[in-house]
Amino acid sequence: MSDHNMNNHHEDHGHHKETFISKYIFSMDHKMISRQFLITGIIMGTLGMLMSMIFRLQLAYPDMKFSFLEGILGHWGKDGKLDPNFYLALITIHGTIMVFFVLTAGLSGTFSNLLIPLQVGARDMASPFMNMLSYWFFFLSSVVLVFSLFVDGGPASAGWTVYPPLSALPKAIPGSGTGMTLWLVSMILFIASSLLGGINYIATILNMRTLGMKMTRLPLTIWAFLVTAVLGLLSFPVLLGGSLLLVFDRSFGTSFYLSEIVAEFAGGIERTGGSPILFQHLFWFLGHPEVYIILLPALGITSEVIATNSRKPIFGYRAMIGSILAIGVLSFIVWGHHMFLTGMNPFLGSVFMLGTLIIAVPSAVKTFNYLATLWQGNLQLTPAMMFAIGLVSFFISGGLTGIYLGNAALDINLHDTYFVVAHFHLVMGSAAIFGMMSGIYHWFPKMFGRMMNETAGQIHFWLTLISAYCVFFPMHFMGLAGVPRRYYANTAYDQFNVFIDMNQFITIAALLGGLAQVIFLVNFFYSALKGRKATQNPWNSNTLEWTAPVEHLHGNWPGEIPHVYRWAYDYSKPGHNEDFIPQNVPDKGQVDPLEEATGLPEPVKNENSATH
Amino acid sequence: MANTTNLSTDKKTSWGGGKSPFSVSYGKLMMWIFLLSDAFTFSSLLIAYGFIRYSFPSPMENTIVKPLSHVAEHFTEAMNKAGLFVQDHWPAPELVFNHFPFIHGIHLPLFFVSLMTFILIFSSVTMVLAVEAGHRMQKKEVANYMLLTIIGGAAFLGCQAWEWTTFIGEGAKLYGNPFGPRSFAALFFIVTGFHGFHVFSGVVLNIIIYINVLNGTYEKRGHYEMVEKVGLYWHFVDLVWVFVFTFFYLI
Ligand code: HEM
Ligand SMILES: [Cu+2]
Repeated sequence: MSDHNMNNHHEDHGHHKETFISKYIFSMDHKMISRQFLITGIIMGTLGMLMSMIFRLQLAYPDMKFSFLEGILGHWGKDGKLDPNFYLALITIHGTIMVFFVLTAGLSGTFSNLLIPLQVGARDMASPFMNMLSYWFFFLSSVVLVFSLFVDGGPASAGWTVYPPLSALPKAIPGSGTGMTLWLVSMILFIASSLLGGINYIATILNMRTLGMKMTRLPLTIWAFLVTAVLGLLSFPVLLGGSLLLVFDRSFGTSFYLSEIVAEFAGGIERTGGSPILFQHLFWFLGHPEVYIILLPALGITSEVIATNSRKPIFGYRAMIGSILAIGVLSFIVWGHHMFLTGMNPFLGSVFMLGTLIIAVPSAVKTFNYLATLWQGNLQLTPAMMFAIGLVSFFISGGLTGIYLGNAALDINLHDTYFVVAHFHLVMGSAAIFGMMSGIYHWFPKMFGRMMNETAGQIHFWLTLISAYCVFFPMHFMGLAGVPRRYYANTAYDQFNVFIDMNQFITIAALLGGLAQVIFLVNFFYSALKGRKATQNPWNSNTLEWTAPVEHLHGNWPGEIPHVYRWAYDYSKPGHNEDFIPQNVPDKGQVDPLEEATGLPEPVKNENSATH
Repeated sequence: MANTTNLSTDKKTSWGGGKSPFSVSYGKLMMWIFLLSDAFTFSSLLIAYGFIRYSFPSPMENTIVKPLSHVAEHFTEAMNKAGLFVQDHWPAPELVFNHFPFIHGIHLPLFFVSLMTFILIFSSVTMVLAVEAGHRMQKKEVANYMLLTIIGGAAFLGCQAWEWTTFIGEGAKLYGNPFGPRSFAALFFIVTGFHGFHVFSGVVLNIIIYINVLNGTYEKRGHYEMVEKVGLYWHFVDLVWVFVFTFFYLI
């Protein structure tokens, strides 16, 4: 057994030279790939946010002219007025960027890559090469999407859900041409990236855990990443199939998504026999699991951050695992709640409704477990902790409106209004962004070996929290009054004109919220280069990543990979001097899992570490 | 690559968790996960097929043409005249796919595609034999069975090419179909094409592995796990064909 946990590669570590390219560009080290994902995600996020500001300006001041628009948008902002077609393009690309590029790749890609090997105790991912490919497919996909902003006719404009016929007929609107084609190319590259990543994550978690790391000792982050990867693997292929058919409809004259009705509107095309509803089914079979692909990693991060900073074991560890699994399974059978108004059989509608409302149960289990963990905890209000608590707040306020929208009857009124925009921005947008921020503040020392500035973090948190609520909360009222989403201006309708003040308030809040992100960006990049040097375990946390040295080693641990003796949440355990016991510390007399595995029980050699 | 070679070749040792779950190596696990995900891609296409097919009335009853009965030289024309295909009825596959190479004018419903299916399933059998020979470390046998599998796969692709050519020759296009709804042809080309692409990739993979076997790569490595991995893929492709065959030709 002496060859167990071999690491003789460290002895010949000096034999090869890492060039700049192999270290920073085509790196196969999961820690570098994680940072690549993060920084690409931050850049895309900034872009998506700037877009939202431009169209927010339009919604608040539909009659004003902003001469700078012509400067940045060219002919799309002629005379300082946003072109209506470009408005559609902007919300489409904003939604696509935020959902896929920031909160799927940027969030899951960053933290799965960073934490899976470190927290399960592996030297790297199962296949570092596929991991690298996964990043570069994502990078290419981002480049294609950004490039599509500059093509003739503008980028895709059919909404982030790219429903046909706008997406299927290249001549439907300006954005249906080259822009839409590039959107599809970008999405196919993205799916490839996500599959390469997901296969790796699952194989690493299942097969490469260190000794003693039973599934029931895994930190909840890892459970969340595992289920997320499974969801991605099972739902993205369906979008791939759907997109394939869309490509054929666009370019090869088939009519999978084109029906008699569409043909009539399109004037003179005789392409019938398909159905746009088919695309909606295929899209939402991905689309609904996708919102959990976004949310689950954020929830996993929150579990970890809240337990650590409450200095308490997470409340209901097994219930948390159970609820992650339940959410994962249920998320595949509720996609129809996006399609209540497509003429669906009312009985089928009530089946989808039941499934949707049942998801509230595991979600509530998670929420109450967070609250119970916080309850009477010894709260360390670091920025990471603040953002995690912020996530819980958004999860509640946004989740509750989900129960309204899940009702087939109520949805007749609420569908495609600003109520929906409010709902998903709170529960998916804000909650997941807060989870991502929480993760960044918490694991920054692990990623960059330096600390972020706390005060700036606190200011960033409060400004973001307030502005997010100011932006998205009033939208509920507009939605209840029937204001439709995706409209360039509502001035043509008298009954919506009353919202002009509210729209201005929202826009000002959004601009201030955007400004607050500058604090974050400065803090992030300044700290990455010049921040205070981090200690190995700055938050006194239990998980394995904090047993690895601050400076990044290829292979993560200089010596043997630590063995695991306990779950990740032994905080404030009575009878110990410290209020935390890392996972690699044995109790008195606890047997080394190595001996357990080989069936030769022997007491542990260094018993004194038990009273650490 | 250099800086990770040790890591990636020492997989067996960097797995330290006592007993590997499901007792499979990470590579085989990855193949399984990939196949699971690929199964969903195929499902999405087959579901699209079902969705569109059942928006049309089912095929007309066919009582006029009996298997093996002689029909006119230009079969399709005869069919159309007999009124067996109606534009808004889904066509009956056994009336569309009733040709056999070198035999003209005889109604042979689904004979050719059954032969194709047989070839593909037979290549699965030879693949099993290759894997089994691998367990016994019989290099020669592995190589021979791999070769048979490759031949089977290539033969299947050849048959598919013939099937497509015949169908196209009768006027089928992505956007047109003389036998009824245009989606019939489009779906046929996309689903069998996507499957054929998988078979093609499988043949390429098999050839690579075959060359490695001949070079003794796996003999030196001490196990033929790579053969097992492509074997998994190959069986999956066959399994998918069973579904494609059932949905497109039989029902
Ligand atoms: C930076 C702050 C943000 C602001 C001010 C903002 C604002 C908006 C507004 C007003 C719309 C509706 C436009 C319309 O229907 O006419 C919209 C659409 C959308 N936003 Fe955001 N958003 C922000 C962040 C996010 C985030 C973080 C996400 C991530 C989930 C997100 C995802 C979406 C999606 C999916 C749409 C729908 C696009 C479509 O209709 O196709 N947004 N955003
Ligand atoms: Cu949904």
